Amino acid sequence: MNTAERHEPVNEYEREPVPPHAWLGLKSFLGQYAGEHVAGTELMIGPLFIAAGVSAMDLIGGLLLGNFLAVLSWVFLTAPIATRARLTLYFQLEKICGSRLVRLYNLANGIMFCILAGAMVTVSATALGVWFKFPMPGLNDLYPNSMGWVLAVLAMGTLFSLVAAYGYRFLARFANLAAPWMIVVFAAFGIIGLRQLGMTSIGDFWATAETVIWKGGEPLAGQVKFTFWHVTFFAWFCNMAVHIGMADLSVFRYARKAWYGIASAAGMYIGHFMAWLSASILYALQLRQDPAHVDVLPGPMAYSACGLAGLLCVIVAGWTTANPTIYRAGLAFQAIVPRSSRFRVTLLTGAVATLAGMFPAIAMKLLNFVALYGMILMPMGAVVFVDFWLLQRLGLQPNYAERSGSTFNWAAGLTWFVTLGVCTALVLDGHTQIFFVSLPGWFVAAILYVVLSKICQRPLACPKAVHSMAP
Amino acid sequence: MKHVAQLISGLALAGTLLPSLLFFADRITLPQVQFWMVIATIAWFASSSLWMERPAGK
Repeated sequence: MNTAERHEPVNEYEREPVPPHAWLGLKSFLGQYAGEHVAGTELMIGPLFIAAGVSAMDLIGGLLLGNFLAVLSWVFLTAPIATRARLTLYFQLEKICGSRLVRLYNLANGIMFCILAGAMVTVSATALGVWFKFPMPGLNDLYPNSMGWVLAVLAMGTLFSLVAAYGYRFLARFANLAAPWMIVVFAAFGIIGLRQLGMTSIGDFWATAETVIWKGGEPLAGQVKFTFWHVTFFAWFCNMAVHIGMADLSVFRYARKAWYGIASAAGMYIGHFMAWLSASILYALQLRQDPAHVDVLPGPMAYSACGLAGLLCVIVAGWTTANPTIYRAGLAFQAIVPRSSRFRVTLLTGAVATLAGMFPAIAMKLLNFVALYGMILMPMGAVVFVDFWLLQRLGLQPNYAERSGSTFNWAAGLTWFVTLGVCTALVLDGHTQIFFVSLPGWFVAAILYVVLSKICQRPLACPKAVHSMAP
Repeated sequence: MKHVAQLISGLALAGTLLPSLLFFADRITLPQVQFWMVIATIAWFASSSLWMERPAGK
């Protein structure tokens, strides 16, 4: 066995279409999405809704609608392109944007993935705090506050990175193994929390929800007030980078059929509905027992409800989410340096995520960070969508960088920069909150890309064959 | 062997959820819930690793 084989245990088809023999069935995606979205970060997000002063009707109605819109985004935007092109997002962008622009995009994407994975490591490390009793960060802490905390994050991050480095199939297997158990434990969090909040029958649920758990009113100090529309857009856009932003092209390129995008519903309605509600319930219980204790620490909250199994759930849930995130970041960085070993790149990515995880500010401001993350990567999703479906029909050249030999497609680059500029200006001027700005931003990006392509593209003497749109 | 492992896995999942339902119905205490959830968790990971995602014939 040579060095390359030792460090590349799985051929991941980074720069070629996934061949039919490597396509996967629906079950793999159900397991991955259920595992990935029933995650340690759900134990951060659920409590932050309460901190944002959301009411029961706004939360439950907003989650039902927002998650539905997210599933539709995977089914109709991401999966159809993924199962036709069967390329990673990064390789597809290289064909559209050119190698220099895509390096910039991959850098931004990889950094955002690293920070997000860091938040997941943060969550899992709070579980170790219950066992080892070191001081843990508070809701408003920005920096690591003890050596114990740093060591806990280091231990978790190292473990996560090693698993991520062994590739998609191992990752999918682990997620499949843990997902059913995690789902049940999250359900147990909610059931136990409801009983401890005084609910004695299912018929009491709505009254308990409105008067004890999600009471509405003013948010906690330093938090934004959340309404129905905040919840809807947050639920829809919290994974914007992977559905509308197209990062999950890298996942669904393995799918036999485009409709496997529906597997995302497993993640949305179990993870981003049931798990968020359960986590909210645990936080409501904590606040009821001690109104001054506003810190969001998933480990202790889970331990108080389910003991050792709850703690294990926090670690495993963080692990199954951090794994694909570190893996995707590794793909992003590898696209910058294609000859590098994915194994080594993923390990390095994991190290950066671990460093980020030591700073609790990222996890404590997760709602805002997730919205920012979607906004930054969304314009390139619009570029991929328009390039794949519309440009040829409009008499323009898809995959223009590859066909023209350009290393920087200015139409795509300017679309990205101008859209980000418009969105940032809208947020900074106070016209639109960051949770909403990505919707108009997508349309701005789509229109800009068509107009700029019309201006920038030159007729090609000998156009190369374009992608097939056949199913 | 595979069917036995699958049966144990099913029972382990039920055993992970059931204690919380019994607690909700005031039939057992919280420490009892936590004890049985750990036992069920061990049973789940031990049994599910024997059959989930295994290639046919292995």
